[in-house]
Amino acid sequence: MKLDLLHTLNAERAARRAVVIVTDTEAGSQRLVKAADIAADPLAEVLDKRVRMAKSGMEETAQGRVFLTVHVPSPQLVITGAVHISQTLAPLGQMLNYAVTIIDPRTAFATPERFPGINVIAEWPDVALPPLHVDRYTAFVALTHDPKVDDPALLHALSRDCFYIGALGSRKTHGRRLERLKAQGVPDTALARIHAPIGLDIGAVSPAEIAVAIMAEITLRLRMKQDKAEAA
Amino acid sequence: MLGRDEDILKAAEDWSKEGRGVALATVVETWGSAPRPVGSNLVIDNEGNFLGSVSGGCVEGAVVTEAIDVIDSGKPKVLEFGVADETAWKVGLSCGGTIRVYVEKVS
Repeated sequence: MKLDLLHTLNAERAARRAVVIVTDTEAGSQRLVKAADIAADPLAEVLDKRVRMAKSGMEETAQGRVFLTVHVPSPQLVITGAVHISQTLAPLGQMLNYAVTIIDPRTAFATPERFPGINVIAEWPDVALPPLHVDRYTAFVALTHDPKVDDPALLHALSRDCFYIGALGSRKTHGRRLERLKAQGVPDTALARIHAPIGLDIGAVSPAEIAVAIMAEITLRLRMKQDKAEAA
Repeated sequence: MLGRDEDILKAAEDWSKEGRGVALATVVETWGSAPRPVGSNLVIDNEGNFLGSVSGGCVEGAVVTEAIDVIDSGKPKVLEFGVADETAWKVGLSCGGTIRVYVEKVS
């Protein structure tokens, strides 16, 4: 590996961007493909799939047999609301290798006792969110049911490139939320990114089942091709 | 935190910038039960110092020896290790799987 290629690889990783190294192990030739360049690459389809699956491996291509080393940032899950659903969603996220953070300014809710082993921040979103670096590999979930907490958090998430944004609430509640956010100047295309009612429709009843539905929807968004994810 | 791949790769870059001869070994294929997944890295310098893992310790010694050759020659190599493979390599995987490891120089 050329040192400058290794340097670029490490810089992309530090910036939490996906990158793939394409190596012809017989010829010893090698190139680096940044996430932003995948769509225009001759191996676009293969690279896109590998990055979504975060899976390195050998691949037969029109250019011959190549090894693809896939580097994908570890995902994070940011939740507003130290609520009942979060008590299942947070450990579930951890089991699925997400770095999980819960934000809730209500100190009675945001206690370490209720969320053992979870990073709980008892602050308002405007204080808690900026240091978390909400990015392409972040799933954001609004669960407080309180516009004072959820709305500013959603505004922050919508200003970022996170792969999933979901908000708890019935269609009626969400309708009112959309009106409030629209009044704050959020365009319709951005509002359409919010998944609400939140989670896959699996008939979830209990808070734990809702957490499973949310995590399933997040996984779908992380792993599936965009058009297939839309159809689900 | 040197158990994580990104830190291993950062170490490879740092070692190389310090002027050390450095090789990078990557698991490129596995068959059967293999202790480390495809994409796992081992970084080796020309004095035999290494970080990371390609097998959980079974074949690292052999990979390090080969890596020093790769650093000298500059030519990448593909090494294969399997439990029944006694001809090419003196070491094998106790778990019964086979792995293929790509070793390349950082230059």
